[in-house]
Parts: sequence; C-alpha cells; structure tokens
Amino acid sequence: MNGKKAVMAVSGFALFGFVNVHMLGNLQVFLGREAFNRYAELLRAEPALLWAARIVLLTMVILHIWASWKLMVLNKLRARPVGYVMKRSIVSSYASRTMYWSGPIVGAFVIYHLMQFTWGVGGTSHDPKDPYGNVVHGFQVIPIAIAYVVAMGLLMLHLYHGAWSMFQTLGVNHPRYTPLLKRFAQVVSIGLFLGFSSIPASVMAGLIQ
Amino acid sequence: MKLDSKIPSGPIQEKWDRARFEMKLVNPANKRKYNIIVVGSGLAGGAAAASFGELGYNVKCFCYQDSPRRAHSIAAQGGINAAKNYQNDGDSIYRLFYDTVKGGDFRAREANVYRLAQISVNIIDQCVAQGVPFAREYGGTLSNRSFGGAQVSRTFYARGQTGQQLLLGAYQALMRQVDSGSVTMFPRTEMVDLVVVDGRARGIVTRNLISGKIESHVADAVVLGTGGYGNVFYLSTNAKGSNATAIWRAYKRGALFANPCFTQIHPTCIPVSGDYQSKLTLMSESLRNDGRIWVPLAKGDTRPPMQIPENERDYYLERRYPAFGNLVPRDIASRAAKQVCDEGHGVGSTGLGVYLDFSDAIQRLGNSVVADRYGNLFKMYERITGDNPYEVPMRIFPAIHYTMGGLWVDYQLQSTIPGLFVIGEANFSDHGANRLGASALMQGLSDGYFVLPYTIGNYLAAARPDGLDANHAQFREAEENVNRITQRLLAANGQRTVDSFHRELGKILWDYCGMARNAEGLRLALGKIRELREEYWKNVLVGGEAEDLNQSLERAGRVADYFELAELLVTDALARNESCGGHFREEFQTPEGEALRDDANYSYVAAWEYKGPNQEPELHKEPLEFEHVHPSQRSYK
Amino acid sequence: MKLILHIWRQKNPSAPGKMMRYPMDNLSHEMSVLEMLDVLNEQLIVKGERPVTFEHDCREGICGSCGFMINGVAHGPMPATTVCQLTLRHFKDGEEVYLEPWRAHAFPILKDLMVNRSALDRIIAAGGYISVPTGSAPDGNTIPVGKGDADRSMDAAACIGCGACVAACPNASAALFTGAKIAHLGLLPQGQPERNKRALKMVAQVTRELFGSCSNIGECEAVCPKEIRLEAIARMNRDFLAGSWTER
Repeated sequence: MNGKKAVMAVSGFALFGFVNVHMLGNLQVFLGREAFNRYAELLRAEPALLWAARIVLLTMVILHIWASWKLMVLNKLRARPVGYVMKRSIVSSYASRTMYWSGPIVGAFVIYHLMQFTWGVGGTSHDPKDPYGNVVHGFQVIPIAIAYVVAMGLLMLHLYHGAWSMFQTLGVNHPRYTPLLKRFAQVVSIGLFLGFSSIPASVMAGLIQ
Repeated sequence: MKLDSKIPSGPIQEKWDRARFEMKLVNPANKRKYNIIVVGSGLAGGAAAASFGELGYNVKCFCYQDSPRRAHSIAAQGGINAAKNYQNDGDSIYRLFYDTVKGGDFRAREANVYRLAQISVNIIDQCVAQGVPFAREYGGTLSNRSFGGAQVSRTFYARGQTGQQLLLGAYQALMRQVDSGSVTMFPRTEMVDLVVVDGRARGIVTRNLISGKIESHVADAVVLGTGGYGNVFYLSTNAKGSNATAIWRAYKRGALFANPCFTQIHPTCIPVSGDYQSKLTLMSESLRNDGRIWVPLAKGDTRPPMQIPENERDYYLERRYPAFGNLVPRDIASRAAKQVCDEGHGVGSTGLGVYLDFSDAIQRLGNSVVADRYGNLFKMYERITGDNPYEVPMRIFPAIHYTMGGLWVDYQLQSTIPGLFVIGEANFSDHGANRLGASALMQGLSDGYFVLPYTIGNYLAAARPDGLDANHAQFREAEENVNRITQRLLAANGQRTVDSFHRELGKILWDYCGMARNAEGLRLALGKIRELREEYWKNVLVGGEAEDLNQSLERAGRVADYFELAELLVTDALARNESCGGHFREEFQTPEGEALRDDANYSYVAAWEYKGPNQEPELHKEPLEFEHVHPSQRSYK
Repeated sequence: MKLILHIWRQKNPSAPGKMMRYPMDNLSHEMSVLEMLDVLNEQLIVKGERPVTFEHDCREGICGSCGFMINGVAHGPMPATTVCQLTLRHFKDGEEVYLEPWRAHAFPILKDLMVNRSALDRIIAAGGYISVPTGSAPDGNTIPVGKGDADRSMDAAACIGCGACVAACPNASAALFTGAKIAHLGLLPQGQPERNKRALKMVAQVTRELFGSCSNIGECEAVCPKEIRLEAIARMNRDFLAGSWTER
C-alpha cells in the first residue's frame, strides 16, 4: 500500500516535471509561427531521444494509473463499504478530495490531445509540417478550445494537491517548509493553468492567427 | 486465621535481596507448561502479563475494555516517583521510603514500602528504555518536578499524561508478547467469579461482554490487577467502567479484604455541576506546585474572584501549613477544603469549591512557562467549565480518587487464597492510610514488572501442572452461581434503573463515609445501605437479555457488589476508632482539627473475612511494627 | 435546552441498522454529549426500550474509548475534544444532531454506536514497540534525549487510539494512528535499532486489515483529539521507504 503510494508520488513527480516543461515549450507559440514550428521540429530531430522520452513518460503514466487504480479499489470500495448518512469535510481542499475524478478526466483529455496534435485524428485540420497552424485551427473550434480550458482547470486541481502531496508521501514534511511547499504547489498549478489556457484563449480572442 | 505477612528477616535494606535469593525458581523449559491468568491490563496487570510472557509462561490476560490500552491507569496525570536523586537535592531510597510511610500515616508495612522505594529506580530505567517520552532538560537528562508530601523533586513526568505514557509502554510490551504468542488477550471480557479448587485459586469465570456468554478459564495461578473500588461512591475520578467485582467475588471466595475504609479524596477536581453528572474530572495535583489555593475571607462572598482584593482572601493552606503550604498531602488538603466550605467560605454556585489561582505564577513565570507546564490541563479545564484559567482562578473541590484498601496480600503479593495474587490498586498495598501523589504508578509497575514475576515463580515451582480442566465441579458451580445472579437481576424487572440506585448509594457513602466520618453517621449509613440493597433486588429495572451486549446488565452486577462492599467499608470505618490518613473520624481529632491516630490500639491492618450472606464479616488483625520510621503525628506545618 | 437527536440504531453486527429520532428536552448546557445519552438511556430503559449502546470509560478524554460522528464530524464540532468532554454549550437550542458510529471495513459495528477497533491493537502488536524485556534496561540518564526530540516524540505519543482519524478519512486510512506510533518511537534514540523494520511490519499489518491508503488530505489531523500532525505520516512514509531499501 505504501509502496504504491511511493509509485504514485514518483511517477507523479515525473509527469509534473513534464507538464512544466511542456508548458514552457508551448508558450513559444506566442513567438510566432516560425519559432514554434522550429521548436516542434527540434523535438523530433533525434528519434532515439524522442522515443526514449516517450517510453519513460508512458511508463510513468501507466504506473501512475496502475497505482491509483489499485489504491482506488482499496480506498473507495473496500476500506469503507458502507458510507455515512451525514459526512462533512472540515479542512481538506476540494482538490484533494477529487483526485480520483480530476485524474481520469485529465487522462482522457491527454488521449484526445494526442489524437488531435500528434496523430492528427482529432477532427480538426492537421498538417504535420505546420504544428502552429494545427494549434490555431484546432482552437478556432470554440467547443474544443473551451474543453481544453476546462481540462487545464482539472489539471490545476490535480496538481494543486498533488504537487505538494508527493513530498509528504515520500516522507518530506517539516512544520516550516511544508506550508511553503503547499504555497509552491498552489502557485505552480495556477501558473500552469494560466500558461496552458492562454493559448486556446488567445486563439479564441484572435490574438494568435 | 493467622495472617502471615511472610516478611523476610534481616535488615530492611536486605530483605528483598534475601527474599529473591530464597525463592524457588521454575526451570526455563518448564515455564511454558504453566498457565497464568491475569485479570486487568493496567499498569500492574499489563506489566505483569508482559513480564510473564517474556519469562516464557503461558498467559491469558483479561480486560473489560475493548483494548488493554484503555485501562484507567491511563488517566493518571502528574507523574511517577523514583528515588533517583538526579536533582542532587538529598533524595535517597531511604527518604522515599520514609516519606511514603509517613505520608501513609503509619498504617503501611515498612518492608513493603522499602522494597517499593528500592524498585522505584528500576522502573524509571525500564520505562525510559521502552520509549516512554519523559520530560527532559535541554541537556537531554530526565526532568523532575515536586509533588505533594515531599520536599525533594523526585517525580518523573510526561507532560500531564504520565499514566498514559507508562501504560502505553506496558501495553506495547504486552502486545509484543501477544504477537509472539505467549500472551493471549481477552478484551471485552469481565471476570465474574474466582474458582478455588482444593484450597487453591485455579481459574476464573468470565462474561463475554459482546455475546453475554459465561465461560471458564483454568490456570495454575490467578493474578488480579483490577484496580480500586472508588466507584462505590458513584461519583469519583475513576473511569465509568472501573469496578470492584473481581476483588469482591474473590473476597466472597475466601480472600481477605484489608482496610476498606482507607479511601483517598483528591483535593483538586472540577466541582460537580448537576444531577446528571456522571463522573468527576481530576486536575493533576501538580497544579498545586504553582497554583495558590484560597477562599474569600468573608462568608458567602459572591463577588467574582478577581474583584476580591488580596487582603480579603484566605490562603488557608499557606496559613495553616507554612512549611508545606499548598503542597500538603492530599488528605490534609481535601479536609481543609471541606472545612472552609462547611464554614461558608466556599465558592461557585453550589458553595462547594475553592479557588486555585495561577495569577502569581503567571506574573512570576510568564504565560508561556505556565502553558508549558500545565497547558493541557488548562485546556481541559476550559473545555469542561468554559472558564479560562489564565484569566480566572480555577474552581476545585475534593473527590474520591483512589482506594488504599483492597485485598490483603503478604510480602509475596499473595492473598489468603494460595495461588491468588493481587497487585496494584486492587491490593491493600503499600500506601497505608493515605497515598502520596505519583506513588500509584510506582506501585503498579513495581508489582507488575519487578515483584510478581519473582514471587509467582516461587509459588508455581511448588505447584505441579496437573491437567485440571474446566469441567471440574467447582467451575460448574461458579458458572451456575454467576447465572443465578444474572437471572435474579433480570427477573426483578422493577421500577428504578441501576444508575438511580448507584447514585443513591454513592450519596449515602459520600455523606456519611466521605471526607469526615462519625460513629453515629456510620451507623445510620449502615441501615440506609441495607435498606437500599433490599430494595435493589426487588425493584431494579435492568432490561434486555443475558446473552447479549447489555451495558445495563454489566452495571447491575457491579452495583450489586457495591452494595455489599459499601457495607464492609462502613463497618471498617466504624471499627477503626481513630483518625488516620484518608480515614477521618470527627470524634478523634486534635484541638486544631488534625487527625488523631491511636497507635496503641489501631496500629494494625484490618483484614475482613467473608462469612456468608447476611453474616457479619470477621475481623483479623495484622499488627504493624515500625522499626525505622517512628510513628509521630504527621506535621506539615 | 432542547435537541433533536438522530441516532444510528443497529442491534448486532449482521442486523440492518437505521437512524432513529429522539427529541430531548430539559438538557443543561453544562452536560457532556455522553451525559445526555445517559439521560436518554435512563428514559429508554424505564419505557422498556433498548438503550443506546455506546462506548465510553474514563470520560476525561484520555482512554480513547468514546467516539462517534456528530453531524458528520468525528468527535463533533469542537477541535481537540473527545465526545466525553464535548459539552452541549456548543450546540444551538433546538438543533438537529446526527450521531453515527465510525465506519470502516476494519471497524465492524458491534451495536448502535459501538464498533470493534481491535485492528488498531493488531497494528501495535505487529511492531509498535521497543523490544526491551523487563530488567534489561540501562540507567535512565545513560542515553540523553534532546528536549526537542522528547517533546516531539511526546506530541506523537499522545495518541489515544480512538479511531477518529480512520473515521474522518474518506479512505478509512489508519495512517495517522500508525504514523503516530512510528514517530513516537522513531524520534527517540531507544527506538532506532528497530526503526525501519517497525515501519515495514506495521504498514504490512495496516494493509492486512484493509484500511485505506493515505491521500494526504488532512481530515484526520483536523479531528484528532490530541492534535497529532500529518508530519507523523510523513515520518512513517520515510521509515517505510528506508526500510524497503535496508531491510532484507
């Protein structure tokens, strides 16, 4: 049980790192078509590296899902088979109580995200040579853009709790530094939300064309 | 019956060594062939069961709670004494011995008390090694505080939860043995009878509190560590479940009951607030280290305490006992509180309360030091009363807290029934007529860890395992006896609940046999108790069934025993025509109102023998001799 | 004052249970919640009805016997307070009050508000101790323990084993209970030799008892009557991970 928790934390940490880097990369969309497309090309320049990164990420995703699935079966089905007539939460954040919802929805989003921008089967126009254009065309479909913003909101919730919680799981807790860590998680998760959402928002607002 | 205390010969310093050497040993390989029953899992019982398990005996340990960790030892707050002299303030084994004999008002056995003082130092070592988080100084050494009845700092403590931490230490040691298979725990199981076969204690009958099933357990020796009988008064600082049934039914099977009238009233409890009140909450005696006790000089002064100027307050303990001041022993502090309240100086809505004031200490030490020492107690007080002791003095009043009396045991802690050992508060023990603060934990652990593991071996070495089983006629008879009592209680089907009887019984005892007693009142009480007992068996309403989880029935059996015990308590108080320690007879006092002992006629342990239902019990006397601490009038002035 | 109680009534572990309504009158605000139940039970017994079974003993907040949910919160609305010390002055006159037993797979209901918490004992038995047989201890002052360590150890050792942490946790996790014991012993020099092994053994038992896992949400900390902190859980996690590496 504690082992699975550690797997969650470590894989979560890796994915958290990826998400941050991914956002920084994506923000280059504001530098214009050329810069962004060059960045996209660069990512694919060395197939061995690309595949290594993909395999690591995929492994992390699988581990994260596997551990959370196991723990969810324990926590939600077995550990308390009969619930309360009345139950109130006192201090826990909405984010922390909804990890089992925010996680899978973000997971489903990731699949669509890959379908749309990597495999080009998302239903919007796709040109492997022009990722910038794909982004712009993709987000010009308003429902898709909104869905992205909502998904980023859930990702924010997930990390709002997850980004400090992984430290606690790995045994790092200090009365002085843990509050800072929680603050860090809040700032970073909100930052991620703003960063990622700024792209579909800008496309919808016509700032990126 | 001749009471043989089996005190070893020789100088007092060597008695315990000699006894240990003279004791017979059980071969290590044979130990697992012996079954020992331990009833109670508090400091005494838990420590004993764990130690027996470590030695290799086969142990069954019983408690009525759902876990051994909940025994009422857990509620002890202040600390545990030990003659370590870590403070270099003149303490020694001899001084702890001396203080305890004197504090007990010269009604304890010297040899036992000396052994207790000797062992006290081992207890601290053992508990530290178990991981009890005792308070420490910055340098890492153990910290001490002072306590009532002593002028040295010898009390070790873990915040205001010393009992809890010591009990958890014993509990963890016990659970380690449970894990290893040497001890089997029987939680939620109450002992309801003792089985004596061929003159030896050979087992117990129990009631499973969940299923209501009556069961028998056979053993080679039976140990009772079931605590005191303070709940006979209904309102006390004991846990609601603490009861006297185990020792009382052992008494009815032939074990002598010693000094039942020696009951201790604790001076610092939160006063009663209403009829529904179910128990009294103790505030640690350690509060008296820094708190000052006072009442208004004017009778019936109802001004809020902070509006009463300094010169209109009576710090009566400091006035009457300048040397010890607020740190006089418990019996003296309690009686003094009763006196000032009887004279009309009492405070609070009932007039039954005195102030315990920390404003001086807060001025001298600052809020944070006071919070460090007493923070959790202050919080508890505020939770219960709604008053903040940092701003308003606490109101306190004495309450029944501990019973020095209990089953009579010899130096080996064996009762008058061979094979029945009694430890901790359940025996009549080492405290004489009054127990000093922080000594109960010491005695419980001393008996459990360091005395009984030797003495029980001495007994077992002479008693071969014989394959007795629970089908023996004596077990059948005991089970039937238990069922009969249960059926009678259920069949009464009267008008009044068990608690209403218990409350009335407690009131009788508190009024006539509480902090002050007199012959006339005691005789009156005796009549009232008998009357009420008769009504009980006719008019009690228990409800529910025998073979079920039935908390009302559990209480009904205990209260039935309290009626009989109350009678013995009053009988003993009536027979002891002197005042000593917790037993204060108004007829016997000095002109200044202090207890007046009668050493010429009453320097003995009063051990009562059961003679059958509605028969007068027979008094046996164990004379007490004092070679080392010469009886004098206790003076704390 | 008046209160309207809704209490979970269940005859035995296998019987179905339900909430029953009991209006109470003439209550004093100085009463504890348990004293209120005493009064109710006296009335029920006289009426020939089955009294409400609830666990309680010391009634001064230290034995850990009592505890149930009050309006959806373990031990009720006051922080750092067990139900035996929770007085009615914290309720509004006429308030509806819901009392329910702890709920967890590892805490089967025995009757009404009483549950079986032996699982907690088994967690301690699995390793929540320092193996030191009676008589084998060195002098108490031989091993110095810094005041900070001693104090923090005491903070964790204050656990009363009531089970509120499990009851409040959406996952019914016993992490705070287990972590408290691991922190108590692990902070002391005496506890070092068995430290990592202890964590492994206790966590294994927690798993066997089918308690849920900790998701670090902090409900346990909020209801703990002894205010034990999540830090204790982190310490358990740390010792567990260290043990997974060092023990073999």
